[in-house]
Parts: sequence; C-alpha cells; structure tokens
Amino acid sequence: MNIKICTALAVLLCHSPFAIAANNTSFNPAMSLILSGTYAELRRDPALPATGFAMNPNPGHEQGFNIGESELGVSANIDPDFHGSATMALGADGTFSMENAYVQTNSFGEGLNFKFGRFFSGLGYLNEQHAHVWDFVDQPLAYAALWNKQLGEDGVQLKWLAPTDLFIELGGELGKGRGFPGTDTPKNGSGMGVLFAHLGGDIGTDHNWRIGTSLHQTKRIAAESTDVPDLHGGSVTNLFTGDSQTFGLDFVWKYSPNGNISERYVKFQAEYFRRKESGDLTYASTITDRFSVTQTAWYAQSVYQFKPHWRAALRYDQLDPGTAQVGTLNAANVISNYAYTPTRTSWMLDYSPSEFSKFRLQLAQDKSRKNLSDNQLFLQYIMSLGAHGAHSY
Amino acid sequence: MRNLTILILLLVVPSAHATLNVFACEPEWAALTQELAGDKAKIYTATNALQDPHRIEARPSLISKARGAQLVVCTGAELEGAWLPLVLREAGNAAVMKGKAGNFEAAHYVSMLEIPGKLDRTDGDVHAEGNPHIQLDAPSYPAIAKALSTRLSELDPNNSTIYAMRLQAFTQKWQIALQRWQQQATPLKGVSIIVQHKAFPYLTAWLGLKEVTSLEPKPGIEPSASHLAQVVATLKQHPAKMVIRAAYQNSKPSEWIAKRTGVSAVVLPFSVGGSEQAKDLFSFFDDTIARLLSGLKAPQR
Repeated sequence: MNIKICTALAVLLCHSPFAIAANNTSFNPAMSLILSGTYAELRRDPALPATGFAMNPNPGHEQGFNIGESELGVSANIDPDFHGSATMALGADGTFSMENAYVQTNSFGEGLNFKFGRFFSGLGYLNEQHAHVWDFVDQPLAYAALWNKQLGEDGVQLKWLAPTDLFIELGGELGKGRGFPGTDTPKNGSGMGVLFAHLGGDIGTDHNWRIGTSLHQTKRIAAESTDVPDLHGGSVTNLFTGDSQTFGLDFVWKYSPNGNISERYVKFQAEYFRRKESGDLTYASTITDRFSVTQTAWYAQSVYQFKPHWRAALRYDQLDPGTAQVGTLNAANVISNYAYTPTRTSWMLDYSPSEFSKFRLQLAQDKSRKNLSDNQLFLQYIMSLGAHGAHSY
Repeated sequence: MRNLTILILLLVVPSAHATLNVFACEPEWAALTQELAGDKAKIYTATNALQDPHRIEARPSLISKARGAQLVVCTGAELEGAWLPLVLREAGNAAVMKGKAGNFEAAHYVSMLEIPGKLDRTDGDVHAEGNPHIQLDAPSYPAIAKALSTRLSELDPNNSTIYAMRLQAFTQKWQIALQRWQQQATPLKGVSIIVQHKAFPYLTAWLGLKEVTSLEPKPGIEPSASHLAQVVATLKQHPAKMVIRAAYQNSKPSEWIAKRTGVSAVVLPFSVGGSEQAKDLFSFFDDTIARLLSGLKAPQR
C-alpha cells in the first residue's frame, strides 16, 4: 500500500535487503511521522483574543521558534472488516496529545461507513484535515475562534453515500462534547451532535467541487472564560451554561488543466459558520442572568500552484462577535456590542522539493484586535517520514 | 415539482442494465476491460493519460463511482496507494475492497522490475513492490488479460462464454501485434536513451533500449540545474539518441536537454489517450513505437 518504514522490532529483518523486499508488502501497520516547525515574528502578544471573542478559545500562535504540529501516525487494516488509525500530535504550546484514535469499518457495504473512537468531526471542509496538509501555517480565524482550531470528538460517526454518480453524502455524529464549544462534561448519553451533508462532483476533467452544510449542537455546562473585558473597564471571569448551535456552509472548487495537479492548479474554498448561544451567564462568578448571542465567522482563500513544486495563496478572514442580549441584572456589566469586526489577510508562498518536504513563508496583516493591528511573519517546514500520506480531497 | 421528482428519481435509481460496473484506475486497464468485456461492462476511468498517476486526489466523484462498482481494475504495486485505499474505504462498497473478488490488480501478473533492495527516501518516491509503470510491458498483457477475463467470469458467470471468446480473440490479435511491434522496433535495439522520470523500465527491457540516465535525480524529485549539468556531462561519455518523457510530464527538462545536446525529445503517450493516435491498446503501442522510431531519424547536432 505504501512505503513502510522499519520499526525497532523489525530492524533486524530490515538489515537484509532480501528480507525487506519480501516483507514490506505485508508490513503492518503503516507509520508516518510529521516533523514540523515554525518561526513566528509577531508584534502583538498572541495571547490577546480577537475583539469580542474573549469567551472563545484563542489558540493563536507562539512567538519565535516552536515545533508545534509535529505528529506521529499509525494506521492499518485491523482485519478484513476494520481499519484503525491513531495520531499523536505535539501542540504549539508543547503539549502532547492523542489527536485521533479511531476505528472505521471497511465492509459495511451499501454506502455505509461507521467510525468510532476519537476523530475530527466531519463538519465543514477544513475540520477533518490534519495540520500538515493545511495551506497556511495557521487555521482561519473562523476555526480558531469557533472550534479551537478544529473539533475533535470522542464518539461515533455514521455516514451514508448515495448510490448515485453525483457525490451525495449524509452523516451524523454523537459525541462526548469534548472539543470547544463542548465542555467535556461526563454524563450518560451524548454531549454533542453533528449532522452534515456533502454534494460533489467533476465538471469535465479540469474542474471538481464539493459543497457542504453542517449543524452542530451541544449543551455547555459552566463554561469558564477568564480575562473577559466588562463595561467597567476591567476584566473578569465569566461562566456560561446554555445551548450552543452552529450552522455551517462550506464550498471548495479545484481547477487543473487536464486534472494534472502535479503541474498547475487553482483551489478556491470558503466557509461560513453562524453560532447561536443562549442560556445563563454568571458575571464575575457572582451575578447570573439570561445571555444570548449570535456569532458569525467566515473566510475565503485561494491557492495557486503556478509551477510544479511552487504554490502561492491568499486568504481573507472575518469574524463578527454579534450583539448580545443581556439580562437586566447584567446589563450594566456585560459588554453586549463591541462594534468591531475582526479581520485578517494572509499571503503564503511554499516550495516542496519533493512530495515529502515543504518550506513555507507566510505574511499576515492581523486586524482581529481593535486598535492593535499586527503585521506577522511566519517561516515553516513540514517534512513527512514513513508511509506515504493519503491525498484526501 | 414533477420535474424535481423526475430529477431525484434519475439521481437515485441505479441504472437497470445487466452490465458489470467497472472502475478502472488508469486508461490502459479500461481499454483492456473493454477488449475483454465489450458491451457487457460499463467502464469508468478514474484518471487520464495526461495526469501524473502519482498525484491523484480522492475526490468526491471517484468515491461515488467506486460506490457503484462491482469490479475495480487497477495497477497495484502502490501506484494508487495515495488515493485508492481512501476512495474504497469512503465508498462503503465491501465488494471491491482489497482482497475481494471485485478488486483486481494487474501488477500481480507481471514480473516486476526495479524492486528496491532497500526502502529509503534518499532514493526518492520508490515503490516497495517494484516500478509500477507496468502498462508499457506489452508481453505481459496476455497474462493480465487471462487473469482479468477469469475475474470477469467469476463476477458475471452468465456471460462467461462471451468473456472466454473475447479473451481468445484478444490474445490472438495481441500475439500477432507483438510480433509486428518487435519487428518494427528492431532498429531500436541497443539504442541509448535518457528518461525524464524512471517510468520506462518495462519498455526498455522489452525493446532492448539502453537507459543511460534520468533527468529526475531521483523518482519524484525535480530535475535541478546542477543535476541537468551532470546529465550533460554523462552524455559526453555515453551519448544518447533521444530523451523520452510521458505525455503528462512537464516538457521543460526534456526540451532543455534536447536543445543543449542535440538529442531528440520524444513524448510517449504513456497510456491510452496520451496522444491523438493512442485510441486503444493496439494503437497505443503502434504510436509508442512510431514515436521512438521518429526519435531515431531526427537530425543530430
């Protein structure tokens, strides 16, 4: 299936060329290691959240050198019926985590596909993609603020593919509510649900596309946010308990002359999310009253491979914190309208000497924080060792 | 509303023909299936000859087509390793998973060349099972055809007589053509060539061509200026007649070398559909040999 690397256990075997040639096809499992590192030059403290999004996560960046987003992946067919995959990732903050650990069915048939364990949710377009295949150093602001980069869940996913020439896929997930906006609360039953639908196809040999829509729902319990600005000019710790519902739309279109993507291609993608939250907000851990808000976020980006091995890309991000409905008890405390629209524009150039190595330069003008415009520079390398990665759409 | 109902019916109801739905990974296997099954198979070709077979994505249309397939006919030997396993898994079609009767890999019926002694990426994008570009191995087609025909009969026993007859007809026609090609290619025996990508070992072994060097320093690595300079130096010691590349490959490295050293640049169709002339398997090899012969005639510097 792929070029397999020798594990420590197989080292002895691997020393004999004959043994490798005879054994590699049966080698099991496929292992891959992504070595990735970034150098970031930022003028503003990356810990500052986007204006109006202090109650959302701010995965942001690390200044200077860091080797975040390196990961180790192991995958194989378990038996004729099941495929298993696990990925351990090093985050930008230096923490090591089990990013994915799931089992997928191989032979349900009838277009059914069942997945269980820890996996990236099928919502949106970018959510399922691992960091090493991102077209930019970072995720769009929409993903950073609304999904803490990307939504990983512990749960189950069922997908059904219609028996048609047009790609029609319907899916649903139930999970613990582990990833933001879920609050990872232990309880019987499920803590979040996702529904999604995808349509896709080709137009001739040169064009292909996919559109999708998704709905995510979770109940947030005592979600704590620190350093939230208030109307008194200070910053406080707030707690929110209530329902969170996110609607999403995603679109991707790819063009390549004759479909030969090793030469030249253009990829355009855009996603939109709209999240409505309503429940009770406890201001400064003391005063509780009704609170509801609708946040929206979108981005659009385009990647152009202008010659083999070279790509350039442009991305525009926008967030809207919305206007909150705040109960009377907190009307004088909680900021309901920030009157600011965070935006960011990023430009990227990358060079891949082979399919397994990549060097990247990214420049960004980040206006996500009111009156704190930031010009950012990133340098990144991404190297993949071991099993040849899958070319997912 | 009525129009919408019809549209939904058209989309959802699978075609009721009693033909075998075949998903061919590359055009050469679509063409071979066509020869062996005629109108008994409805064939979808996942890639074309102008695409780099190493760089295919598991795009939505491929997943949908694999969902409805009863037979998947591919090269194997890891050529489709980056996209086919993903496509098949996402398709939710148990019948065509690897190891099932609905999954056919041509490489099983070919004596593989260039099986690496070691697997090290300093050697570039090498494949553990050997060089996967087996479609240029004309002498192997009868063995592949026999195995594929057996598979067709296994999946569609009602038409097994037809498959057996078509196999016999194809094999006979192929043996005659093989003799013709070998005869035509006599002047190519011992001729030195340069290849752009290591994609032609089966062709050179069959026709007795001599591969002097390749423009890609390692498979899948871009030809650098310094490597090309080295190629020029090599050519001074071991002169070659022509530089060959596949239709999907960038023309620049070949043309640069041709201009620099006077060897002729020859584009080969590489699969059915890779040139205007290569319309089926027979014309694919006719055209391949004709182009190689024309490379001999081209004026030298």
